[in-house]
Amino acid sequence: MNKIANKQIICDTLIKRGKENRDILVLTSDSRGSASMAKFGEQLPEQLIEVGIAEQNIVGIAAGLASSGKLPFIASYAAFLSMRSIEQIKVDLAYSNTNVKVVGISGGLSYGPLGMSHHALQDIAVMMAIPNMTVILPADRYETEKMTDELLKYCGPVYIRVGRNSVPDIHQSANFDYEIGKALTLTEGDDLTIIATGETVKSAVDSSKLLKEKGIKARVLNMHTLKPLDEKAVIKAAQETACILTVEEHSIYGGLGSVIAQTVIQNYPVPMKMIAIPDEPAIAGQQLELFEYYGISADNIAREAVNLVKRC
Amino acid sequence: MENSLLLKSIEIRRSLLKTIYNANMGHTGSSLSNVDILVTLFYQVMSYKVKDPTWEERDRFILSKGHGVESYYCILADLGYFPEKELDTFCQFKTRLIGHPNNKVPGVEVNTGALGHGLPIAVGMALAAKLDKKGYRVFVVMGDGEQAEGSIWEGAMAASHYKLDNLIGIIDRNRLQITGNTEDIMSLEPFKEKWQSFGWKVIEVNGHDIDELLKVFNSTPKKKDKPTIIIANTIKGKGVSFMENKAAWHHKVPDKKQLEKALLELSSQEGDLGE
Repeated sequence: MNKIANKQIICDTLIKRGKENRDILVLTSDSRGSASMAKFGEQLPEQLIEVGIAEQNIVGIAAGLASSGKLPFIASYAAFLSMRSIEQIKVDLAYSNTNVKVVGISGGLSYGPLGMSHHALQDIAVMMAIPNMTVILPADRYETEKMTDELLKYCGPVYIRVGRNSVPDIHQSANFDYEIGKALTLTEGDDLTIIATGETVKSAVDSSKLLKEKGIKARVLNMHTLKPLDEKAVIKAAQETACILTVEEHSIYGGLGSVIAQTVIQNYPVPMKMIAIPDEPAIAGQQLELFEYYGISADNIAREAVNLVKRC
Repeated sequence: MENSLLLKSIEIRRSLLKTIYNANMGHTGSSLSNVDILVTLFYQVMSYKVKDPTWEERDRFILSKGHGVESYYCILADLGYFPEKELDTFCQFKTRLIGHPNNKVPGVEVNTGALGHGLPIAVGMALAAKLDKKGYRVFVVMGDGEQAEGSIWEGAMAASHYKLDNLIGIIDRNRLQITGNTEDIMSLEPFKEKWQSFGWKVIEVNGHDIDELLKVFNSTPKKKDKPTIIIANTIKGKGVSFMENKAAWHHKVPDKKQLEKALLELSSQEGDLGE
């Protein structure tokens, strides 16, 4: 199984497109290495803008560049972009509806051992609360490549969260339709729906295999776009399956679970269970160790799914 | 010619006072303070096309001290970006003339209001001009109280790092912010030296002397490869004697009597100019 970091795919895709379109720019905040953008800088030095460690400035500069017809991609740490630059994201990007793509790298628990300062577990909540912001979490390399191409045609501010580490493939090939704002159904089923996003989709898909062995048919939805949310797919899932389980690498407050619950409760209430990071400074550890600890593992998802189905 | 600009400044002051009075809301002192700077830029210095607000070669203008928006809107209306009648909707229900710059209004490049944002955006615009080898200049008007925001200095560093000689910052140095004197709230001095040490060409002017402003704007960049900052010494509430140098007028609205008194003063200044 191939494993590659999604941020690397963004870089590779931007290099390809950036050679054809010189308006594509990458802005880094002393983060070109961490963001895997060093190669972009080597191949297209005129199109890489270094801003230094200044997250407010990087967003403002990107806004100015976009207002002059450039296509800026900011590649900087999710933890800082989503907190330190949030007013610039609200005013300079969302309020002015500026065409800037904000790529939050090393999101979630990617920097697990480095502590709460470097964990990005509130970024989705913050970004989703801002009008005009689109919020996307790609799952694997195929999806990331398609997403990056779509973003080049998608006008308006977008927050994209990717992890730091290599992730296994979810899709067998690039042979699937990808549309921003449209959930992907990865497995069909009617006993329950498991909705996951970003780099936790893999665990959800694996859990569906374990559930199948127990005779439970789980529908797995890959909710790569959290905003605008594919409400249709969520409501359909509520109507056609008995209950919904959500899985995410984010605080239990204001992430995928919250937004799905919000949609379900207002349209077609069914029982739900959310797997997310509890409201605490997350403990230290490698990302996968933490996934295990916080229940974002195929085993645990399957266990929770069995309990949930029993209740329904 | 400068006489006509002086008259224009009086006209804009009159217009903004009426606008604020009608809306019963606004930043009177801050707006009066930047009138002469904006009038000089819009009526004499900058290139733009009213009928084509997104003309690529236009000079860019950002009002980073977004609370001084009334003079900006009054100027845009006077230039014909939108009907003057619309000024009556300032700060009213469903208006696009919001109390801080709004880019739904033709002629406004970006939304501002949160302080410390304008300079980094201007850096991006000036950088884009360099990348595209275009000749336009970027003007950004900042407040002096606003200088306490860290993002100003992030932008200042980047502008000199990228040698943006097409970027001109203007600081409306009226020495007053909402709570009082800038030097009591968070001292800026030695202010000139701060900007110099960040790699900028610094010029100090009288921000109400249109001749001086014109001379400086028309001769920048003074230094190749360096961004320019113009510290424009101004008077908050300029033009209306009882509003001048009073922090309380930062966002105080004149009552009917005060408005009449202010308009009378402006008329007499007009008379002094021989009109």
